[in-house]
Amino acid sequence: MNYVNCGNFKTSYEKDFALYQTTFSKVVLIIFLVLLFLFPFVATDYLLYIFNLIFVSVIGAVGLNILTGATGLISLGHGAFIGVGAYAAGYFYNTLHVNFIVAILFGGLAAAFIGSIFGIPSLRLKGLYLSIATLAAQFILEFLFVRMEGITGGVTGLSVDYAKIFGIEIDDDFKFYYLGLIFCILMTIFAVNIMRTRIGRAFLSIRDNYIAAEVMGVNIFQYKILSFAISSFYAGVAGGLWTFYTTIITPEHFTIGVSIQYLSMIIIGGLGKVLGSIFGAVFMTVLPEALKLISDFLSQYYQDITQLFASIREGVFGLVIILFLMFEPEGLYRRWKLIKAYWKLWPFSY
Amino acid sequence: MELFFNLLITGLVVGSIYALLALGFTLIYKSTGVVNFAQGELLLIGAYICLHLTVSYRVPFIPSFILTFIFMFLFGFIIERIFLRKMIGEPIISIIMLTIGLSSLLKSVVQIFWGTDTRVFPKVFPSEPVNLFGIKVSQVYIYSVISVAISLVIFSVFFKKSKAGVAMRAVASDQQAALSMGIEIKKVFALAWAIAAVVSAVGGVFVGNINGVNTNLSQFGLKVFPAVILGGLDSISGAIIGGVIIGILENLVGGYVDPLIGGGAKEVFPFIFMIIVLMIKPYGLFGTEEVEKV
Repeated sequence: MNYVNCGNFKTSYEKDFALYQTTFSKVVLIIFLVLLFLFPFVATDYLLYIFNLIFVSVIGAVGLNILTGATGLISLGHGAFIGVGAYAAGYFYNTLHVNFIVAILFGGLAAAFIGSIFGIPSLRLKGLYLSIATLAAQFILEFLFVRMEGITGGVTGLSVDYAKIFGIEIDDDFKFYYLGLIFCILMTIFAVNIMRTRIGRAFLSIRDNYIAAEVMGVNIFQYKILSFAISSFYAGVAGGLWTFYTTIITPEHFTIGVSIQYLSMIIIGGLGKVLGSIFGAVFMTVLPEALKLISDFLSQYYQDITQLFASIREGVFGLVIILFLMFEPEGLYRRWKLIKAYWKLWPFSY
Repeated sequence: MELFFNLLITGLVVGSIYALLALGFTLIYKSTGVVNFAQGELLLIGAYICLHLTVSYRVPFIPSFILTFIFMFLFGFIIERIFLRKMIGEPIISIIMLTIGLSSLLKSVVQIFWGTDTRVFPKVFPSEPVNLFGIKVSQVYIYSVISVAISLVIFSVFFKKSKAGVAMRAVASDQQAALSMGIEIKKVFALAWAIAAVVSAVGGVFVGNINGVNTNLSQFGLKVFPAVILGGLDSISGAIIGGVIIGILENLVGGYVDPLIGGGAKEVFPFIFMIIVLMIKPYGLFGTEEVEKV
């Protein structure tokens, strides 16, 4: 599937392992990033709000894709791990008065710790059994979010001050955009690179055939826990960012529904692919907003539609997952590859 | 002591409904290898159909109960045909996600048709409680336990004696062998979904009679996991026993622990219990252990 331009010979292993196969793709990426950095100057607040949601989702989805897509361990508890990160970041920020970046990292570490604990059953459990164990993690953590009022503030939630950096308060969508974007880029680069190392390959080998992997000398238990830890670290960072974006966190944001939403992101985007997680996160964040626009438009003609909106949104959400699984099981990533191949090969498509 | 027996009886009622749902779940899992996260939505739809027939069309309870059966049987068939047939041979994560997607689709359809308010059944069972060993038990509880027990017996006999039941057990134990003996696997898959839909609907109608009907009933679908894990994913008797045990334990914990910590223990306890079971005995009480081959 990876079509390489004519005349692009690889003469060393370094070239084969390189992140960017051609200078062209590097240039395209840099242009794309520059555009992303300039975007807020032309965008409306609403667009910035959607982008900020996307940044948080991308980090969470990339993390889940390392666990589920690359290592093959299904997790139905990702939403709760995001919650652990969010609460931990908020709590550290409020009690220790550390810099907010330190607080977010603390949140990530706390989530990684909790995630590894709930990853321990993965030693004995696989597939369906593991997904049910993580479902239990989701409910237990949700329960703790409500009950541990000393830390989480219970149902009323935990509030933090706006994040501050170099004396600038990050208190609107415009400023948060840069924070989210930088975090998002760093975390994505980290994920892309982790998949190129020994660790990433160990993950893939566990997914493809864990018995063979063990025979080859991969310490299954260690790598499974590591996968849980890395994935939950991502979840925690996403949660920490969410804390400083909304400045008030309540248990409602970390329900089973959120876990399912992240799972659907990586399935719709493409399992095991970092780029796929980004596609999926964008798609699943934009979808409800697009539905909202459509329903606002239709409400001129049908009054009832706004009342039914929540139900319709859930139904469309389910339908989209089903349709993708039935007709495009490899997700948007595959479509992207096909489009790229089309442009490279045109007009000789075979 | 009276509290204990009250909790025990409520636990038995709820547990028998878990048992029905677990039966449906196990049935689908055993014969098709599909994990059904939409089991709770099948219960929800069954409850609403029966309610709709009795309230809007004023059909008496028993006929509407039977009509609900027929509808759910067909509904199970259709779901299998449209959504699951295409997924045969897909990886487990795709199938899990498909049923999750199905559950939110079904829930949304229910909400669009019937809204989100709680609706109550017209009075079907006499309301004066019966005195059982010195404890007052409302009649709907007794009827629901009895009819759950009856349906469990019917299904056990069905699996043991009827031709279709034997075919289902054959497919469950070895798909290849069943196929070569001339059993139509696709029909068996469809039948498994149809029966699972029906048993869930029985549960739905009784829960609806006890608590009223709203979309929260679909949460029963998640509570079924502790029951099936305890009993063993592929064991029908395990599903029934697991369901009853989880129902009783959950209510006892609710009665004794909730006042100490201020609520919520009842909801989370089955899942804590399930993790412990998974760590000690991952294949449950009666499940068959999978042997790994390279």
